[in-house]
Amino acid sequence: MKNNLHKLTLKKALAQIQSGETTAKKIYADCFSQIEAGNKDLNVFLSTNSPTSMKQFENPETTLQNCPIAVKDNICIENEVTTAASTVLEDYKPAYSATLIDNLKLHGGAVIGKTNLDAWAHGSSTETSQFGRTLNPRNPKYLPGGSSGGSAAAVAADMCTAAIGTETAGSIRQPASWCGVVGLKPTYGRVSRYGVIAMASSTDSPGPITKTVEDAAIMLACLAGHDSKDGTTTNQAVPDYVSLLQKSISGLKIGIMYQDIPGLKIANPYVLAAAKVLESLGAKVELVNALDPKYAVSVYTIVQRAEVSSNLARFDGIRFGNDRSYFGDEARRRILLGTHTLRKGYAEKYYQVAQKTRTLFIEDFSRLFSSYDVLISPTSPSFAEPIGASEDSVMFGELADMLLEPSSIAGLPGISVPCFHDEKTNLYLGLNIMAPAWREDLVLQVAHAYEINTDWNSWRKDNND
Amino acid sequence: MKDLIKLANLPISDEQAKSLESAFSETLEVFKNLTDLDISQTEPTNQVTGQENVLREDKIDEDRMLTQSQALQSAKHTHEGFFVVPRLIDEK
Amino acid sequence: MRMKSIQTGTPGEKITMTNQKYQLVCGMEVHAELKTNSKMFCGCKNDPFHAEKPNIYTCPVCLGLPGALPVANKQAIEWTIKLGLALGCKINLFSKFDRKHYFYPDLPKGYQISQYDLPFCYDGKIETELGTVRIHRIHLEEDTGKLLHKTVNGEQVSLIDFNRSSVPLIEIVTEPDITTAAHAAAYGKQLRKILQYLDIANCDMEQGGMRLEANVSLRPVGETELPNYKTEIKNINSFRFLEQAIDFEIDRQAELLANNQIVSQETRGWNSVKQVTYSQRSKEDAEDYRYFPDPDIPPIRFTEEQIAAIRETIPELPSAIATRWQQEYGIEPNMIEQIIVNTTVSRQYDKLFTNAKNEGISVASLLKNILSKKVPSPLEAGAEQTLLQFKELQKTDVVDDTQLIAIVNKVLTENPDISAKYFSGQKQVIGFVMGQILRELPKKSDPAQVREAIITQLEATK
Repeated sequence: MKNNLHKLTLKKALAQIQSGETTAKKIYADCFSQIEAGNKDLNVFLSTNSPTSMKQFENPETTLQNCPIAVKDNICIENEVTTAASTVLEDYKPAYSATLIDNLKLHGGAVIGKTNLDAWAHGSSTETSQFGRTLNPRNPKYLPGGSSGGSAAAVAADMCTAAIGTETAGSIRQPASWCGVVGLKPTYGRVSRYGVIAMASSTDSPGPITKTVEDAAIMLACLAGHDSKDGTTTNQAVPDYVSLLQKSISGLKIGIMYQDIPGLKIANPYVLAAAKVLESLGAKVELVNALDPKYAVSVYTIVQRAEVSSNLARFDGIRFGNDRSYFGDEARRRILLGTHTLRKGYAEKYYQVAQKTRTLFIEDFSRLFSSYDVLISPTSPSFAEPIGASEDSVMFGELADMLLEPSSIAGLPGISVPCFHDEKTNLYLGLNIMAPAWREDLVLQVAHAYEINTDWNSWRKDNND
Repeated sequence: MKDLIKLANLPISDEQAKSLESAFSETLEVFKNLTDLDISQTEPTNQVTGQENVLREDKIDEDRMLTQSQALQSAKHTHEGFFVVPRLIDEK
Repeated sequence: MRMKSIQTGTPGEKITMTNQKYQLVCGMEVHAELKTNSKMFCGCKNDPFHAEKPNIYTCPVCLGLPGALPVANKQAIEWTIKLGLALGCKINLFSKFDRKHYFYPDLPKGYQISQYDLPFCYDGKIETELGTVRIHRIHLEEDTGKLLHKTVNGEQVSLIDFNRSSVPLIEIVTEPDITTAAHAAAYGKQLRKILQYLDIANCDMEQGGMRLEANVSLRPVGETELPNYKTEIKNINSFRFLEQAIDFEIDRQAELLANNQIVSQETRGWNSVKQVTYSQRSKEDAEDYRYFPDPDIPPIRFTEEQIAAIRETIPELPSAIATRWQQEYGIEPNMIEQIIVNTTVSRQYDKLFTNAKNEGISVASLLKNILSKKVPSPLEAGAEQTLLQFKELQKTDVVDDTQLIAIVNKVLTENPDISAKYFSGQKQVIGFVMGQILRELPKKSDPAQVREAIITQLEATK
């Protein structure tokens, strides 16, 4: 590990492989050493592919040039154990791979391992994983967030060059925020869900978790695109995210959300500070009023529980996996609640009301985006919570993700970039940047401008950017 | 709660059910705020992409079809190419 | 004791004691598998009945593997609308698929993708010879896997084959317009014919490609309100069983009602061996399917132009063909009935009939000879050959007059009472004589010629 190749950002790694300065094999080996050294304590990976098991490395004519990529364990890979962090699937080897895995491999991504998550992606802490919680590599007394906590931790701990997570409402951005990394939730329908074990089908969005915004742009370009196997993916062309990053944000109109919401005393000042930075780069920033996210908590929870109860109905232990007695408490709670909200006589009161209120959020975003190019808010109300925190409330996840739920139920893209680092705890806060549907380019552009003009990114110095 | 557990097809003991019940009402309590908003003129959103008519042509996709052994590979109980479950009905 | 219904052949006339008091209220739900190439929501081969082995036509989607997603088959949707149009239905230009939840091992996802509040078609009708049956709705869904109940290594098990899983399935639901068991069967047969003419379903009932369900209840004669209960007789795979099962239910329910007992709301099956319906599942186990729009499948919107284009593809339907043949060729309805099979068959007959008519041949006589197998059908031989053979059959030999008269006289001499009968007005004796004479003639003769000879000879003996 003397070369510290595991610390390379994806962009830097690709450049060094290209120039012959290093090889993907060496980078992979360094990341793997990092896993071997840290995984026992941090419980980031549920399964790994050792460098010797890797057949690839000889195909450099690809975007990712065989760089090691960590994949959340709710994404199916043919004949590799895929558990969704539940004992229901403890030994399940899918007969097929997710489309995004096909895309990743096509672009030369080498899967270094499958990362831990909240079981079935139910949660924002990784504490509901039936294979034990993941610890935050920045400070192991704290949680990494979730549900893509393993992928965020893998990036934070340099156990991979980049990672893939999935977000239903916060599951990419919130752990990215808590682990001090970059997490991009694409527009719903931008990245195929085919082969991603469904949590809430109407909001599930796979996306990259990376060291820098540029890395996120590189990864998104590899994952995005229409998939004939997923009817909710878009036919729209995938823009060249990487080159669009360089566009100036001068003249962009940016709305600052949620400054009036109580309970955001910790995070909100840093969002204002970030707005100042963006303003100094020529953007016009203004405070905006938006529909209270507390309603999004209700809408999201109802819709998600309903879809969860439906999506988990296939796990009967007949064709694959173990039977329904293996579900953990959180899954049981969600199945029961979702079943209840869809029942005769209750669907009118819960599910249908939630779907109508969802429309109000979509309308509210349309209103805001008619005046603003992007919107910013805190990613999470606060820093990473200490381990065990999720056990205090059955609504832990929903409340931790409150600020991300409005954009998630509206299907909008958003990114979390570090916007503060607490030297004492070594923990981070994240800035959430959102744009209209299909405008990941705008989100990336603003995030990149912010990242390169601030010192919060822990890799930029190491990589001499 | 018992009906619900049956409807959800969850093998849960009465004791476990009891512990789930408090979480249940705690969550339902949160939803009450939805009555604050006027949705009388609002249409529900079931899908956010606005896409319509995403259909397949009627063609066989051999590439995606599984062999019998692939189809059965993850099942705990199989017999001569079938999946197996305990007898569902008595022969009439 | 159950009173056996007497089938008189004329529906609505069967008399049982109970039937005088109660009348049948019956609606039907018919499921038919569409004969698309591929399945409803994936590209697997749709051919479950000819699969050589179980579980060979599956993929992640129709096996319900984690992460798999459905994409709807366009052809299946268009065919559903085609059927709707053929039955005079209104079409929902905006429609969608919903998830219908229940647990059963043959249902891989724990829900069936179906249609809840926006079926593709609604408000149509089917005319039968026993009365009109209004169509309530037609929707499209996916079939389940197939279960086989076996004993394996001494263990009672059920085996599951998913070759049939997610095969496109249409459900046609009627209003409760059916008045007799025979009416139900007539409706089912007519529906099957229409499906076959549209060439969208094979309707193989033996295999389960078409499955019948009847909702049966009774109300006092004269009452117009719907009864407050119904029993569902499920999974009937023949029209005969359908009639038997409904008749059985009429009697069973009438007896309960006559004794002031409540008929329970339940699903019943038909045991064709014991000739009884039996309780399968009580409806009190509150069925609650928790429908919601499937988030994986974007909604479907048609334009009026697209619907019109589908309408263009509808061929002439059985009832129209029957009327036309009857009017154009004077064929009896019961004969037409026997050759109404599908569009291809009708086209063959149409060609034959047109050719026959052009040559001045009686179509009715031609068809009679085809049905009695004296000449091959146009399906077996082709229209030209059928016509040729028919003409051959009709061809007669001119018999030598001397020879004919000799035979006539011989027969008349052997049967001296004929002359007397004939002159006493019993002209039908000629028929008897003709039979005898034709048998004695060496060649196929023209009956008119023979008849003339007999009369001439009889008149001569006067």
